[in-house]
Amino acid sequence: MIGARALRIEDPVLLRGAGRFAADVIRPGELHMRVVRSPIAHGRIRSVDVTPALLLDGVVAAWTHADIAELPAIGFRLTPLADLLPYRQPVLARRIVRYVGEPVAVVFATSAYLAEDGAELVRLDLDPLPAHLDADAEPTAWLDAEQATWAAGLDVELPAQDSQATAFTVEYGDVDAAFAAPGPGWRVIETDARIGRHTGVPMECRGLAAVYDEAEQQLIVDGAAKVPFWNREAVAAMCGLPPRQVQVRETHVGGGFGPRGELYPEDVLVTLAAVRLRRPIKWIEDRQEHLVATNHSRGQHHRLRALVRPDGEIEALDAAFVLDQGAYVRTHGATVASLTASMLPGPYRIPHFRARAQVRLTHKTPAGTYRSPGRYEGTFARERLVDRIAGELGLDPVEVRERNFIPAGAMPYERPIQAMGTHLVHDSGDYALLRAKVWEKFDLDGVRRSVAERRAAGELAGFGFAFFVEKSGIGPYEGARVSVDSSGAVTVTCGASSVGQGVDTVLAQVAAEVLGIAHDTIRVVRGRTDQFEYGRGAFATRLAVMAGSAVANAARALAGKARRVAAHTLGVPVEDLGLADGRVLVTGDPARALTLAEIARLLDPSGAAELGESPGLTAEGWFHSDHMTYPYGLHAAVVRIDPGTGRPHVERFIVGYDVGRALNPTLVEGQIAGGVAQGLGGALYEEFRYAEDGTPLCTTFMDYLIPTALEIPPIETLITEDAPSPINPLGVKGAGEGGTTAVAAAVAAAVDDALGRPNAITSVPIHPAQVRRLLG
Amino acid sequence: MTSAIPLRLYVNGDRYEIAVEPRRTLADALREDCGLTGTHLGCEHGVCGACTVLVDGQPVRSCLMFAVQAEDSSVRTVEGLAPDEERLHPVQQAFWENHGLQCGFCTPGFLVLVAGYLEEHPDAEEAELREVLSSNLCRCTGYQNILTATMCAARAMRGEELP
Repeated sequence: MIGARALRIEDPVLLRGAGRFAADVIRPGELHMRVVRSPIAHGRIRSVDVTPALLLDGVVAAWTHADIAELPAIGFRLTPLADLLPYRQPVLARRIVRYVGEPVAVVFATSAYLAEDGAELVRLDLDPLPAHLDADAEPTAWLDAEQATWAAGLDVELPAQDSQATAFTVEYGDVDAAFAAPGPGWRVIETDARIGRHTGVPMECRGLAAVYDEAEQQLIVDGAAKVPFWNREAVAAMCGLPPRQVQVRETHVGGGFGPRGELYPEDVLVTLAAVRLRRPIKWIEDRQEHLVATNHSRGQHHRLRALVRPDGEIEALDAAFVLDQGAYVRTHGATVASLTASMLPGPYRIPHFRARAQVRLTHKTPAGTYRSPGRYEGTFARERLVDRIAGELGLDPVEVRERNFIPAGAMPYERPIQAMGTHLVHDSGDYALLRAKVWEKFDLDGVRRSVAERRAAGELAGFGFAFFVEKSGIGPYEGARVSVDSSGAVTVTCGASSVGQGVDTVLAQVAAEVLGIAHDTIRVVRGRTDQFEYGRGAFATRLAVMAGSAVANAARALAGKARRVAAHTLGVPVEDLGLADGRVLVTGDPARALTLAEIARLLDPSGAAELGESPGLTAEGWFHSDHMTYPYGLHAAVVRIDPGTGRPHVERFIVGYDVGRALNPTLVEGQIAGGVAQGLGGALYEEFRYAEDGTPLCTTFMDYLIPTALEIPPIETLITEDAPSPINPLGVKGAGEGGTTAVAAAVAAAVDDALGRPNAITSVPIHPAQVRRLLG
Repeated sequence: MTSAIPLRLYVNGDRYEIAVEPRRTLADALREDCGLTGTHLGCEHGVCGACTVLVDGQPVRSCLMFAVQAEDSSVRTVEGLAPDEERLHPVQQAFWENHGLQCGFCTPGFLVLVAGYLEEHPDAEEAELREVLSSNLCRCTGYQNILTATMCAARAMRGEELP
């Protein structure tokens, strides 16, 4: 069952249109919330007058910052550097607006239409101030002392702050000494690499529906995603309730990709309103809001300088980058910058390494994580550098990579730095083997030859590739409970979350494998704080590793309990019993057996007491981990450039990825294909652009270009299992992000090749106009 | 703003007597007045196609059509595709078998689009179907499995053996 291409158990409900997404939670008497957003990028708030809205029939309440002044700014969930505290976002704008789309007021009304009518009547009197949009520019004054002190919330007076929220260095070895004393013939090779601002853009916008249940004295919050357990704690604190009085429940979630599910101002407003107004409250974001209100990502500019031996070996890498954080630092803290720095060396040894990160505020939508955060950016920069090294030294780009790979014999390989608060230990891997396997399976030498022939015949065709290391399976823990009811039906209850990736199916497969039953008979309950006590969430490609291992442990514990009961009842030693087809049977005499249903009935509280067992055929399992796992892969692209328009067409896209163990290869391939599509968006189409005054120019799908079926070629994948993870019982590494990581790097290399101009592409998305200029 | 006016909609063969403001979209009427929440809103400006329904057999963006414009028309939504509780429509079955969905949010729009198109163009081939699928956006799958599922559904609807 593990490793089978099992059909998803999520699908029948979704295919019938019977899913329950956030907007599908409809309660009688509900009020709809509409957010009034800043129309300017930077300005001083003179006044916000909600009276005209309150005069409209159907409007029940309207709030400005004055109505929620006691609420603190929104806290950090990850990488909570103290430097960043003054830059946190207030729930509603306080004194100053800092980006177009910033929530300034909210209106609650009896229908979504009336709420929008009401919002249009709110009068904003704002004094425009100059917008600071260029993160590369020198830092500028950003917060006065009062604002900084308030947002930090430390009960300590802080001084005024500039627009550089934090700067830090991640390093090992001695970079300065290496550059100061190069060996004979060594070269210094530099590159510049820039990633455009873009983000996850799930097809379902954000939404939340909350109600305070007077009878149960519970605040029920539906529509959560990704991190419901963390959000329960945060919502409880904001609403002044103990966590036990708050139930956060995941509905179906229409895609996550990083931005969705974090705690945003709107989440606080919806839940607080449910408590204060004692009416069901619903907020469904519209797409125009989503594109200015939900986390952006990726906007980062890198400068890399490598000291390289004549054979292409990188002796030292000195990197610096600037992250365009937007107007506030949200729940992710410094996660993107931190991951960029730690993961920058990728698959290469690099004896001396230094990365200097600068996180800078601008008057744009705040930024957070997006699928493969810090790795999409850093992989683009590093692999562009490696291609440049190959070009300048006249070496084959394959040869340069292989010369620098961490050898398989050096695994596990510890890099003396940290990633997401854990020691960075490549747990297993054979990078050269994967490179060779992909080359052979897809005949990439033949592909290169054919592309060269096409170019000789006058076509603008090119081939490029990039290698990368991902990370997955961050701890510290995940738990699960497996239960069998009196009919024999099996339920897995756990703290995992689904953002649509198929986690129910995978967890069911793991339990099915242990219990010897069909995966599609298992019900998986997750994402509900009223059903399980702890869960860390669906991010950082962690659930197959963490929740998968927890379910395996729980199912094994349950199997042990079932065998103990059967041994007692059948009068045979436990060692003589096995599990198959939902029965515990005597291995040498399979006719003697008890079904799981019979065992569950034997374990009613009276029977269990007699047996000396806890009541019920149920068991918990936990998995703890202090380290991440490190899957790795290769992306390769074949592109053709239209000589008239300059537009690159991706003809083929190839991915080789080692995931240690593929729990369901179909779902792994699905994750990769979807990840590539998003990577291609960032490489060629998607970018949030701004006018000089900070007005966002991409606020609809006419301007923010999501690739369609015509832009995405079939994704050709080779999934390998050559390097199982030694640090979890399944040997698995996560598959969620490796489709995205190196897409920009591979496409840029292919476009260089098609143009016949090495190092031509140093920024993405690659615009046709830019390609035309390069064509001369 | 004007008050609600009575409206009769025929959806998936059922008659709904509802009252809506003239400005109410067909999507909102289907979802909130008829209780058919399978039709999803992904952009509300006619690009993503998640809200696609068939009106008298033609695919339309129900976010761009007023409910009153559908008066007395026959509307088909994702809830009307499967013949019964046991069986799925061939397009639904093919999406399931070919992993043509992940989060499932865009899926109703694709299913309705494909079912409507294949019923009118049973012999459509790959390039044509890819073009049709480019009407809608999906953020999870990378589209290839949707295309594969669509071609499998076409064969099933033509009564051909699947390879």
